[in-house]
Amino acid sequence: MSADTIVQIKEVRKIYDGGVEALKDVSLGLPRGRLSTLLGPSGCGKTTLLKIIARLIPPSSGEVWVQGKKVNGPGPERAFVFQDFALLPWANVLRNVAFGLELRGTPKEQRFEVARKHIAEVGLSSFESSYPHKLSGGMRQRVGLARALAVDADIILMDEPFSSVDEQTRRKFQEELLELLRHKQKTVVFVTHSIEEAAYLSDQIVLLSPRPGTVSKIIHPNIERGARDPDEIRRDKNYLDVVDEIWQILKQYI
Amino acid sequence: MEQKSRIVSPVVWQLLSFVLFFGLWEVAGRWPISFAFPPFSKTFMALVRMIADGSLPKAYLSTLQPLVIGIFLCSIAGIGFGIGMGLSRTIEWFSLPIFIVLQAAPMAAIIPLLTYMYGIGLTSKVLAVVVLAAPVIVMNSYKGIRNTNPSLIQMCRAFLGTRRQEVIKIILPHAAALIFAGLRLGLAMGFIGIVIAELLITPTGIGDLITYHSSVADYPEMFAAIASIIMLAALTIHALERLERRLFPPEIRET
Repeated sequence: MSADTIVQIKEVRKIYDGGVEALKDVSLGLPRGRLSTLLGPSGCGKTTLLKIIARLIPPSSGEVWVQGKKVNGPGPERAFVFQDFALLPWANVLRNVAFGLELRGTPKEQRFEVARKHIAEVGLSSFESSYPHKLSGGMRQRVGLARALAVDADIILMDEPFSSVDEQTRRKFQEELLELLRHKQKTVVFVTHSIEEAAYLSDQIVLLSPRPGTVSKIIHPNIERGARDPDEIRRDKNYLDVVDEIWQILKQYI
Repeated sequence: MEQKSRIVSPVVWQLLSFVLFFGLWEVAGRWPISFAFPPFSKTFMALVRMIADGSLPKAYLSTLQPLVIGIFLCSIAGIGFGIGMGLSRTIEWFSLPIFIVLQAAPMAAIIPLLTYMYGIGLTSKVLAVVVLAAPVIVMNSYKGIRNTNPSLIQMCRAFLGTRRQEVIKIILPHAAALIFAGLRLGLAMGFIGIVIAELLITPTGIGDLITYHSSVADYPEMFAAIASIIMLAALTIHALERLERRLFPPEIRET
């Protein structure tokens, strides 16, 4: 792995009000231009860690460094994709996708132009003027992804983006995500509790142990993707080994 | 939700319900129990007479004045205050208990006090409307602000929104529907306030018509005056409810 580290997490600890210790001494580097997954059972603090990287919540102690700078708040180099989509119900797809740029004060014509491009990329061109309530879960999440892509951040933080989407949509979306990211040189941090999803998507898998969350193992699945057929990857020996390896570790936490 | 598929349109049912109600009223009024309870037909004729001779329109002109002023004051100060309470912990801390008490208290009891302090003029009547309408308007605005989906606020922060943008682009649009509902409920309370004020403080407008006709035993006229204010209030509130559903359809409030 030749990629340098874009996100450096140093001894991050999070104790919530009320004394629940969600994370304990998490130190971790995330490679630039790669997809890293935070994987673990529910309650292991993986979403907390992701939100600390985004600085939507502050750590109790420890630091996060992004591109060589210490993080003190949300920044333009990080974009977030929410588990519950977090779309404005009173705004159509176009405005929702352009919303990040709207907050930055980009002129209307310009931000709509950028938004249209990204709406097309996620395959929703004919839904530009639809409202979120008209869209399926999978489509809403595409809007959430397009919104994150539209602000052109180097790092995309995704919080269980497929958890409220059905299995077919999920698989299709995973494939499209890989395809999309292959051309974009984005760093992606992806939270999931699905072993298969982690093994299928990731260059690096960070396994977290539950309560308090600590890094229990980091796995680099050496699955050759290239332009291979997704079903072929799912039959790949490396892929199956990785799935099994993760399962052997996670099994202890149940 | 759509009722188009029904065989008989709901309007027909609504009309039937009115016909049934007025029919029962007619029968009950003709029952020789109380002279003071006129049948529907006599009341209706009295209503027509009062509209024709101009006494009813004139009464409404004076009744609606404190109502409109009172609701106008509430909608500016009340909504502003409710929003302030929702956005600032400090304002919430010292004023929320007051409004919780006010919302539960029988505010009509304060009206004699208002007369004592502000006399029998327009001021007292406007205040009567305000004390009844303000709590619900303030509380709805406050709840609207407070109930903003926290995930949307996080989204706004994640995309570098300022606190100002958070308020203008997320919190206020999210609260708009509840604030509007508060105005509608406030207006309903305002109708109660103005009628009580006109009966309790000095008989003016519609309160004067009710008091006067009852004192000279013109019961159909008295009932017509009462029925007219009920109708006006019901129609106004209903119209606002429809407007509310058009402006803020349930599906765009929350995904």
